[in-house]
Amino acid sequence: MMVLRESIIMKIHYGTALGALFLTVIHIMMRLTQDFHESLEYENVIANYESVGYAILLELLLILISVHGFNGLRVILLEMNQGPTYEKLVTIGCLAGMAALIAYGSRTIIMTNMGML
Amino acid sequence: MATIHPKLSDELSQTVVSSTKSVKIKIKRSNPNVNSEQKFDDFVVPIEKWTTVLDVLLDVKSHLDHSVGVRYSCRQASCGSCGMKINGKPGLACFTKISELDSDTVTVEPMDNYPVVRDLAVNMDRMINNHKKVMPYVIREDSEIDAESGIREFLQSPENVDKYIQFSSCIKCGLCNSACPTMAMDKTFVGPQALAQAYRYIADDRDKGKNKRLKVIDESHGIWRCHFAGSCSQVCPKGVDPAMGIQLLRGYLLGIRD
Repeated sequence: MMVLRESIIMKIHYGTALGALFLTVIHIMMRLTQDFHESLEYENVIANYESVGYAILLELLLILISVHGFNGLRVILLEMNQGPTYEKLVTIGCLAGMAALIAYGSRTIIMTNMGML
Repeated sequence: MATIHPKLSDELSQTVVSSTKSVKIKIKRSNPNVNSEQKFDDFVVPIEKWTTVLDVLLDVKSHLDHSVGVRYSCRQASCGSCGMKINGKPGLACFTKISELDSDTVTVEPMDNYPVVRDLAVNMDRMINNHKKVMPYVIREDSEIDAESGIREFLQSPENVDKYIQFSSCIKCGLCNSACPTMAMDKTFVGPQALAQAYRYIADDRDKGKNKRLKVIDESHGIWRCHFAGSCSQVCPKGVDPAMGIQLLRGYLLGIRD
């Protein structure tokens, strides 16, 4: 199994945090273009997904938050307990969780964007 | 007749009998080699305004209970032997005056994050091992012993000395590791003492071992597990700021420092 140095992982961690923050600001600013209750209406939510630009923004946000969140979870779990087997399980579990969340979220974004929902 | 060890007689003569003030000292007692029992023993000891916690402990040992286990040596905050928790905060017993604690009762316990040997003495193997791991010495290929011209010096400017000089004040007392919340959780964390020493040598322009040291601390239980609580810097009796050293080290690993 390829092992990244911790400094590389932490650069990714900080980078994803900054990226997610930037995209979240854009996301919130887009919500301000209409009233809060309107932005949660079914048709408006679907319309967001069907816009290619917005779908790309949501997909990027999903990836950045998943990578950042699951790495954060890995760090917390590594601090709670130590040992080679435990650490390998935590790393694999977090990578699997990250991949599953990205896959499920991407499925929603892609299917909605293509009008399949 | 039993003879009195010269050092013990010295300690006996130090006790000031004219004092009208006294302090109650609560000493945490345990001996893990015998059983898991832990208890506090209370002693009342006369004090003067200059009396330190170590003076009180030695008074207890001399007059009230010889069996109190405490490690000490220089009595002037140079050797780093008498680290302990004093009223809940890590400190050097020889460097903490009773008068500055502003309390009639002083509680002393062994340092956290170290296995107890007996009473106030702890096993410092973990800290020493981590200290060794970061190679706390100047690494370079050439030597100060020059074959042609005899002995020469690796010259250094005062500006370069300023970059690391505070970190060379570390006396390896282990108080920073005792105060560190990550040390309490992560049994394999390298610790603020070793990280500060890694910075001390990396910042030294005579040293060429930067990459070797960065490799040691750049692992899953290395420098990145520091939460920057800053308690290490708060408790250091020598004014070293390990928390700052750790942040400066991160700069090297993130590529924002050369």
